[in-house]
Order: sequence, then structure tokens, then C-alpha cells
Amino acid sequence: MERSASQSTASSSSKRWLSTTAKETIAGYLFAAPMLIGLTVFILIPMVSLFFISLTKWNFIQGFRGVEMIGLDNFRHLFQDKSFFVSMLNNIKLLLAVPFTLLFSLVIAIVVDEKVYFKSFFKIIYFMPYISSVVAVAIVFQILFHPSQGPVNGFLMSLGVTNPPKWLADPTYALPSIMMITVWTSIGFNMVVYLAGLQSIPKDLYEAADIDGASSWRKFRSITVPMLSPTTFFLLITGIIYSFKTFDLIAVLTQGGPAKSTNVMVYEIYDQAFVNLKMGYAAAESVFLFAVILLITVVQFWGQKKWVNY
Amino acid sequence: MLVIGIIFLLPFIWMLSASFKPEADVFKYPVQWIPHNWNVVENYRAVWFGDPPFMLYYWNSIKVSVMTILISVITSAMAAYAFSKIYFRGRDTLFIIVLLTFMIPGQAVLVPQFIMYRSLGLFDTHIGLVLLESFSALGTFMLRQAFMSIHSEFIESAKIDGAGHLRIFAQIALPLVQPFIATYAILRFIWTWNDYQAPLIFLRSPELFTVQLGINRFADATGEYYSLIMAGTCSAILPLVIVFLLAQKHVIGGIALGGVKG
Repeated sequence: MERSASQSTASSSSKRWLSTTAKETIAGYLFAAPMLIGLTVFILIPMVSLFFISLTKWNFIQGFRGVEMIGLDNFRHLFQDKSFFVSMLNNIKLLLAVPFTLLFSLVIAIVVDEKVYFKSFFKIIYFMPYISSVVAVAIVFQILFHPSQGPVNGFLMSLGVTNPPKWLADPTYALPSIMMITVWTSIGFNMVVYLAGLQSIPKDLYEAADIDGASSWRKFRSITVPMLSPTTFFLLITGIIYSFKTFDLIAVLTQGGPAKSTNVMVYEIYDQAFVNLKMGYAAAESVFLFAVILLITVVQFWGQKKWVNY
Repeated sequence: MLVIGIIFLLPFIWMLSASFKPEADVFKYPVQWIPHNWNVVENYRAVWFGDPPFMLYYWNSIKVSVMTILISVITSAMAAYAFSKIYFRGRDTLFIIVLLTFMIPGQAVLVPQFIMYRSLGLFDTHIGLVLLESFSALGTFMLRQAFMSIHSEFIESAKIDGAGHLRIFAQIALPLVQPFIATYAILRFIWTWNDYQAPLIFLRSPELFTVQLGINRFADATGEYYSLIMAGTCSAILPLVIVFLLAQKHVIGGIALGGVKG
């Protein structure tokens, strides 16, 4: 009798314990549900269907009846497509803006970091282009770079340049112009991350170097640069990924022109899908873009362990 | 340093000054940084009350941004709470799945999203645009970090007092992470207000246009009236500048903390 009573309390308490775990699990799923459903419907399902669409030839005007399975033909076509190849090459050229951004941001971050006064004032100034709307900025630069009336060429001509470049209207200068604007807008973000990195370097390293009589250049080379390597690596990767996603500037400023000189992959996808309405082909291009960005992300995880000082 | 700073801001200064001038003075060289002739009221009136209707674009952008912030903050905070303060089976696996969606670039899924929107009737609606921008792993991740900093004793003692998770979440956890919520909401505002690609693809009717689409349409429609176009771009940037100046610590802190790039 006594034994069974103790058994029953044990089992009822284990039941209660079970039921609290069950309750916790239900609560957990209920709390996470809105986000999980949202991510599934708006990101995961589209991602899975992307692979399916990339295997079809789909003229969107005919609706679902316009779907035609063609296997890997889109991908075969992709690797022979000159226009896609050019857009990929432009993406690679655009990457040149990343090291410039890193260099300028680092220099500005060091100067701002050493400034005692007006630190937050300078932070705000360099951050302004980053928060400003890309479309508005693009329109402003379109006017500033206007070949005949723009103030930039006005300035160049007053310096005695007789034949200033036509900037966005000239196939040779269009992509470099886009790169200049990208550098200008990204410096704020990079500088702020560099500032956070600079502030995490222990001050006694510099003090020890001072005792050894190291020059400022030496300190910069042997302490600042290596200690910032995780930050630099992080910014390099985010910069590269961001560069592959450039769309707004191109869409507003050049629409891929002149003569495809600024046609980047994302714009090419947009053009094929929403202008030419070739959904299947655009999906195949998207799969390729996804693979590229995934590869860079994997390199980041791998590289973090390999060559970065923590 | 000050000189470099000013050179950095020159495009903005030029934009602002051009928006104050009569059209004839915009391209005068050397540039009149402080306009000789002022035309402020006329320019801004033409932009705000003219055609295309800038007021409407503004209202649309405000509507879309506010709805996106609300849905995004609520769903992210709830999920973040679940992933940090509720112990349930399968939690870590689910969280990893959420983080994996972060690696899918938005541009890669535009085509299937577009097809889905056309068949669901979400195409060319504000609510469709809002839903598209509301679910991101980023908010869940950022707010989870915030919830992790709350000591579990707070939650345990509330549980002993008989409070359920909903109550703990709303009355204890949320107030404790308020600054992080504010940071995330502000960043979400900047990203939503600035977004051009999603509205361009998912909106078709001009009366639904957001400011970013509107300003481009305005620039096309106004053609050569550069002073008006500049008044438009000033108006498009103004809310961002105000929010940024009021909350720059949150914005810069959030960027530096999460190292995020929308």
C-alpha cells in the first residue's frame, strides 16, 4: 500500500514533468511559428521552386500552361551566352571597388579614432551617404556627371581639361563612375566597423611598442593591420557579396548600358525575367548567382579559421 | 580632415543648394553654393503638390514602412524569444535553418517570388510588398543576441510566480531589450524606405508607388527641370536624415554590433 502510493506520486510527478516539457515545446513552436511560416512561404519555397523553374522554358504570358520542361538546356545556353558572360565580367571588374573602399575607410577610421573632438560629427558625415536613398543619390550623380552641363565636367574644364570624359554615357567610363559612387556610399559602413575593430585592440600593445621605440608606421604595420585582420576579412567578404547584389544604381543610372558596359548579373536577371519574360532562363541565371554567393560565404567560414588572427 | 569631410558631403550640398534655386541658375559655373536668387517655396510646392503626386508616394512609403516594421519586429522578437528563453525539442535545428535562410540572396529568389505573387494575388498590393520584406533571419538573430543577455533567473522566478511565456515575453523580456528593438526598427525603416528593387518588381499601379519609385518617375516626367528633381531627391532623403540624426547612436551602434549590411 505504502509502496504503491509512493509509486503513484513518482509517476504523477513524472507526468507533470513531461507535461511541462510538452508545454514548453508547444510554447516554443507557437512563438517561433510566425517567423518560421513567413520564412518558409516567402524564402524557402521560392528557393526550392527556383531549381525547378530553372529546368523549364517558361514564357510567363501564357501562365502555367506555358511551362515546358527542357532539363539542363538553360544552363547549357548560359555558358555560351555572351551577354551573361559580359555581365559576369562586369561583376568581377566591380569588385575592384572593394579594396579601395577598405583602404579609404581604414585611413578615415584611424584619423577619426585619434581625433578627440567632433568624433561623432565626423562619423555622421561619413555615414550620410550610406543611409541615404540609393535612388536619390543616383539621380544627383547623374546630374553632377552630366557630360556637357554637369558641375564635375565644369570643374575639369576650368582646370584646363579640354575633352573631359562623358562619364556615364561613355562605355569606358561608365563602370568606373559606378565604382566611384559605390566607394563613396560604402565608406561609412566600413569605417564604422573598422572603428569598432580599432577600439578592441588592447592599448598595452601600443605602449609596449612605444617602450621599444617603434615608429608610428611600424606600429601601424605590426600591430594595427594584423590586429584588424578579422575586421578586414569580414569587410572584404561582405563587400564582395554586396557588390554582386548591386542593382539600384545600375537600374537608375544606366540600365546596363551604354553598350552593356554596366550590365551586371543581377540586372541581367531582372532584364531576362521582367523585361524579356524568360522566367526559366532568368531562374537558371539566379541559380548561378546563388552558387557564386554561396561559394563566397563558404570561403568566409573556411577562411576565418585559416588566416585571420583572433 | 574637415576639408575631406566637406568634399565628402559636396554632392549633398550641391543637391540642397540646387533645390533652392530657379532653374536657370542650377548649372551656372562657378557653382553658386549659396543661391543668389531663391526659389525655395515655388520648387517645393511644385514637387509636393504637383503631378506626379509626391504626397501620395510619401504616404505609401510611410504606410509600407510602418507595417513592415511592425510585422518584422513582432515576428522577429517572438522567434528570438523562443530561440533563447524557451527550451524545446528541435530548437537548435530550427535556429540553424533560420540562419541558413540568411544566406539566400534576395535577388536569387525574385523570379519564383514573382510567379508566386502573380498566382496568389499578392502582386501589385502593399500588403504583398510588406510581407515580402517582413521575414528576415537577421532580426531574429539580432534580437536573440539581446534576449541572451537577460539572466534566466528573471524568467525562472516569473515562472514560479505562475506567469506563462506570453506574459513573461510581453511584460519582462520585451521591456528589457527595448534599445535593441529600437535599433532593429530603425535599421528596418532605413532599409524599407530605401528599397527600390522590390517595389519596382512587385508594384505596377502608379498610385501604389513608394517614394523611391516615385522619385525616379518624377525625374523622368519632369525631364529637364533639375531644380525640381533636386527638390524631390531632398524630400526623399529628408526622413532618413531626421531619423538618423535623432537616433545616430542606435544606427551606428547597430551596424557596428551586428556588422550588418542590408
